[in-house]
Order: sequence, then C-alpha cells, then structure tokens
Amino acid sequence: MSSVLSLNKTRSRWLTFGLLALGLALLPFLVDAGLGRSWVRLLDLALLYVILALGLNIVVGYAGLLDLGYVAFYALGAYVYAWLSSPHFGLHLPFWAVLPLGAALAALFGVLLGAPTLRLRGDYLAIVTLGFGEIIRIFLNNLNAPVNITNGPQGINLIDPVRLGSFDLSQPHALFGYTFTGIHLTYYLFLLFTLMVIFISMRLEDSRIGRAWVAIREDEIAAAATGINTRNLKLLAFAMGATFGGLAGGLFASFQGFISPESFNLMESIMILCMIVLGGMGHIPGVIFGAVVLTLLPEALRYTGDWQRNLFGHVYIDPADLRMLLFGVALVAVMLYRPAGLLPSTRRRREFADAQG
Amino acid sequence: MDIFLQQLINGLVLGSVYALVALGYTMVYGILELINFAHGEITMMGAMVALSVIGALALAAPGLPGVLVLGAGLVVAIPVCVALGLLIERVAYRPLRHAPRLAPLITAIGVSIILQNVAMLIWGKQYLPFPAILPQGRHTLYGASITDVQIAILLLATAIMLLLILMVQKTRLGRAMRATAQSRQVASLMGVDVNRVIAATFAIGSALAAVAGVMVSAYYGLAHYYMGFLLGLKAFSAAVLGGIGNLGGAMLGGLLLGLIESFGAGYIGDLTGGFLGSNYQDVFAFFVLIAVLVFRPSGLLGVRVVERA
Repeated sequence: MSSVLSLNKTRSRWLTFGLLALGLALLPFLVDAGLGRSWVRLLDLALLYVILALGLNIVVGYAGLLDLGYVAFYALGAYVYAWLSSPHFGLHLPFWAVLPLGAALAALFGVLLGAPTLRLRGDYLAIVTLGFGEIIRIFLNNLNAPVNITNGPQGINLIDPVRLGSFDLSQPHALFGYTFTGIHLTYYLFLLFTLMVIFISMRLEDSRIGRAWVAIREDEIAAAATGINTRNLKLLAFAMGATFGGLAGGLFASFQGFISPESFNLMESIMILCMIVLGGMGHIPGVIFGAVVLTLLPEALRYTGDWQRNLFGHVYIDPADLRMLLFGVALVAVMLYRPAGLLPSTRRRREFADAQG
Repeated sequence: MDIFLQQLINGLVLGSVYALVALGYTMVYGILELINFAHGEITMMGAMVALSVIGALALAAPGLPGVLVLGAGLVVAIPVCVALGLLIERVAYRPLRHAPRLAPLITAIGVSIILQNVAMLIWGKQYLPFPAILPQGRHTLYGASITDVQIAILLLATAIMLLLILMVQKTRLGRAMRATAQSRQVASLMGVDVNRVIAATFAIGSALAAVAGVMVSAYYGLAHYYMGFLLGLKAFSAAVLGGIGNLGGAMLGGLLLGLIESFGAGYIGDLTGGFLGSNYQDVFAFFVLIAVLVFRPSGLLGVRVVERA
C-alpha cells in the first residue's frame, strides 16, 4: 500500500517537473503571441534579475550582510565582457572564455570589499558597500582620460553577442521548421544559466556552508563559538554573491550590445534588494517571484493610460510619469500587508508569528 | 592661502547643511534603528514648497524685502514638511515596528519613490530657479570671498543646532527622547508616551530638513525633484561617519563631509599629480568614509556597542 503511494508521489513529482519544463520552454512563444515581442525581451531581463537577486540573496538573505553596492559586481562583469569582446580594444574572445573571467574578477572584488569590512555590521556595512558601489561607478564614468579604458559616460557599444562557433544567438535561426528570433534564443540561454544558479543556490542552502551562513546571520558570536570560521564564510558569501553578479553582468552586456555607467547606479542595487525583501528573503522561490514581479510591474503599469481612458474617458496623467509613483505605492502596500515578503520561508513566517505573539 | 581659506568656507557652509539633514537621520535612527530613506525627499519637498511660495510672493508683491519673502517660504515649508514626516511615520513605519528589520527599509524606499514622483507631477521635471530676492553681497576675507547667503546659512545652522542640543539636554521632551532611545520598553514603563516621542522626533527632523532644503536651494540657486536623493545619501553618510544615533556625531560628520568634499575638489588634482580631476571628489569622500569606518567601525563619536551573546 505504502509503496504504491510513494510510487504515485514520485510519479506526480515527475509530472510536475515535466509540466514546469514544458511551460518554461513554451513561455516565450505564449508571451510573444499574447503580449507581443517587447514582453519576450522583458522576460529575458527578468531572468537576468533572477540571477542577480539570487546572488544578492546569498549575501543578504543567507549570511545577513546588508549589501547596498551589489550592482558594482554586475557592472564589473559587464565591463569585462565589453573589454574582451567588442571593438573597444579590438578583442573578440568567445563568450565561454569571457563570462567566467568576468565572474572571477567580480568574485575577487567581492573578497576585496569583504576583507576590510568584516568587523562592520548592519547599517555601517550598508553604507560602506554603498560607497564601494558608487566608487566603482564614478571610476567607470571617468576612466576615459588620460587613458581611455571605459569610454566614460558614453559607454561601450557594438559588444559581441553570444556566439557558439558560427551560431550567432542574436540572429534568427530556422530550427525544427520554426524560426527562432534572437530574443527567443537568448531566453533559452538565460534560462539555462538561471537554472544553474537556482540549482547552486538550492544545494548551498542545504549544505554545511549554507547552514553556517544562517547561523552567522542569526548570531555571529554563537556561530563563532560553535566552531564556524566566520571570517572565511563571510568572505565566501561576498565572493559567491559577486560571482553571480559578474555572470549576470556579462550576460547583460552580450544581450544589450551596449553598456554605460548609467545602468549601474545605486537605484539598481536598491531595486535588487527590494526584489529579495519583497519576495521573501532567504527563500529561493520567493526571491525568484520577487525578481520577476518587480521587473515586470513597472512595464505593466504603462497600461495605466488605457485604464484612465476606460475609466474617465481621458488620460489625465502621462502613464510614464505615473508608473513609478504606483510602483512606490505597491512597495509600501506589500510590505505593510506582508512584512515577511510575498512568499516567505517557513522559518521566517514562524519567527514573525513569534514576534507578533 | 586664499584657496585654502576659500575651500574651508565652502566646506563649512556645505557641511552645516549636511549636518542639519544628518541630524534628522540620526535622531530617527537613535530611537527606531531605522534608516529613514525618505528623509532626503522631505528636504526636497521643503525646498520645492518654499520655492513655490517665494515665487508667488515675489510676483504678487515685488516690493517686499527678500528676507521677509524667504521667511514666508520657510513658514509655509516647515509645517508642510512636519505634516509629511508625521504622515509617513504613521502610515509607513509605525505598523512595521515589530516586523523584520528590512521591511521598514523597503517601505522607506517606497515612500521616497512616491515623494519624488509626486514632486515631479506637481513641479515638473525641469530645474526650478531660485528667485533672485536675496541680497547678493560678497565680502572679501584674506583673499577668499564669502557671500551673505553663506554667512546666513552658517549662522542659522549653528543657531538651530545649539537650540536642538539645548532642547534634548534640558527639556522634558528631550529627556523623554533620550530615554526612549535607550530603551523603548523601560521608557514606556516610566510613563513616557513612546508613540508621541517618536512622532515628535519625526516632526523635529522634518522641520530641520525643511530648513536645510531651503538653504541648499538658496545656495545653489536651484531646486529639482531629484535633489533629495543625493543630498539624503550624503547626509546619511555623514551621520554614519559621526556615529549614527549620536547628535554631536551627526554635526561633526556633516561638517567633516562638507570639508572633505570641498578640499577633495580643490586639491585632488595636485595630490595625484593631475591624474585625477575634481570629478573624483565623491570618490575621495567615500574613500575617507570607508577608511574611517574600517578603523572605527562605529563611527567617530559612536559608542562601541557591546555584543549581546
């Protein structure tokens, strides 16, 4: 009897997996047909933000280190990609060589940032990481003289798209009797990386390292007393988070074909933080959900012009001006009604219930 | 010598404005351990409201003396900012007082986005010029020049800070504030109405922010819906530099940050042999901030918090 039940359980689990995989594979086509091509592009961006949010989640969600300069690692990954495969320096290395390099450089900077700040906690750490992010951005903005390294505020363009041999991912291809456009193919590439990052995050969460991070987050002194090497583990958290940031940066550069310091400002760091807090800190499904919602919400709010016309017969406020206002209202409202996030982890929900009771 | 003195004057003026804004951050932080991210936007709102009033008055009664018009602007801007501060505290922070630590931070960010966009809808996206109503006097002091506006900012900021210290040290409300900062629970057991004290803290901080906003826009001659972001960021950095939660620290941090910025802008080219220009002044400021925090993790005047086991 019980064996039949467990068989059913495994079968239904595989069924769920299969349906999920099918859904993810078909998603760009459904979106393309239902909402239009620009939404497929947004889907690609949403996947990038999932990678970024999961990376920051390691630092903030698991290890409890409030990092407001996370976008610096994103920027480093993007610039490494731009330097090594664009006409800027005349280098055109393949993406499988450049992406790991960008991620590695970001990881190195993660350790460089982490090492001097080990003694800082909470909001002091937040302001130092914020300063670090601003310093990187200002350097990117100004390093066009005396030697032109970053091309300053103009940024670097004509960045190579991802190419596998002669297969150019930004061009349409006919496969299996169907034409795949560049953004569809990019979706599958990003999905691959996103699944990899999700997998690594899940394995980390259940590992000795992940539990050590949670212990540090909850009480650093007690963690140290139980024999956890808090210094190394905090540095590892910074490095792991930065690696994902650098990876996302490289993908972003290849996807856009153009980067400038403008894309890597403080607001971007804050947005990524909002994604993980709004979704549910330290909880992978929550973080993914938060990243997708916050990427798509500002775009969805562009439709407020139509709503106004339907409701009042006239567009009173330009939807482009209104959408960020509504976005702010949504941030406040979600936090007021679900302070632990939209999809909090079981542990946080319980903690919160305790604190209330 | 004159360059040094000039940078010193500029730094002190800028620093005293940072200090006023930083006081708002540090008072709220001292009591609630909350980074009130929307504080910079309250400063912006103060500047915008005052600018509107001043513009309208200058148009309606052109003969009025500038100081009077400016005073009228302040008289309107301060209550508006106080009301705004109280509203934000009531709606966005009070319900989350027992929530996870980062939840009020996100509502604060949300509120600041809301305020920015409301200001953009009301006043538009362009830079608003500050009407030329103030005396344009300029004095020369050992080869450096100082304007009447700068002198007024310095004097007013100093007076306000002295009053604030007096208030916190000598009055009943000040004592209640200090008690609440030490322990909310014990303070309420001693009969302190904690909610009222927190509201009063927000009100005072917002009033200071309104004054600072008017000062900044008078100093630069401009106001913009986005001006609060960078100003708030710098003021918050200043509060952290001095040791957040500490009033003296916020003043010291503000003045230091102003000085670092203006000296950085003036001397960074000479220091690096012309390699880095004055566009790196913010880098310089953040480097100093990071260096100070690495060696003194609780800021310059911050008390070293004992780890609770």
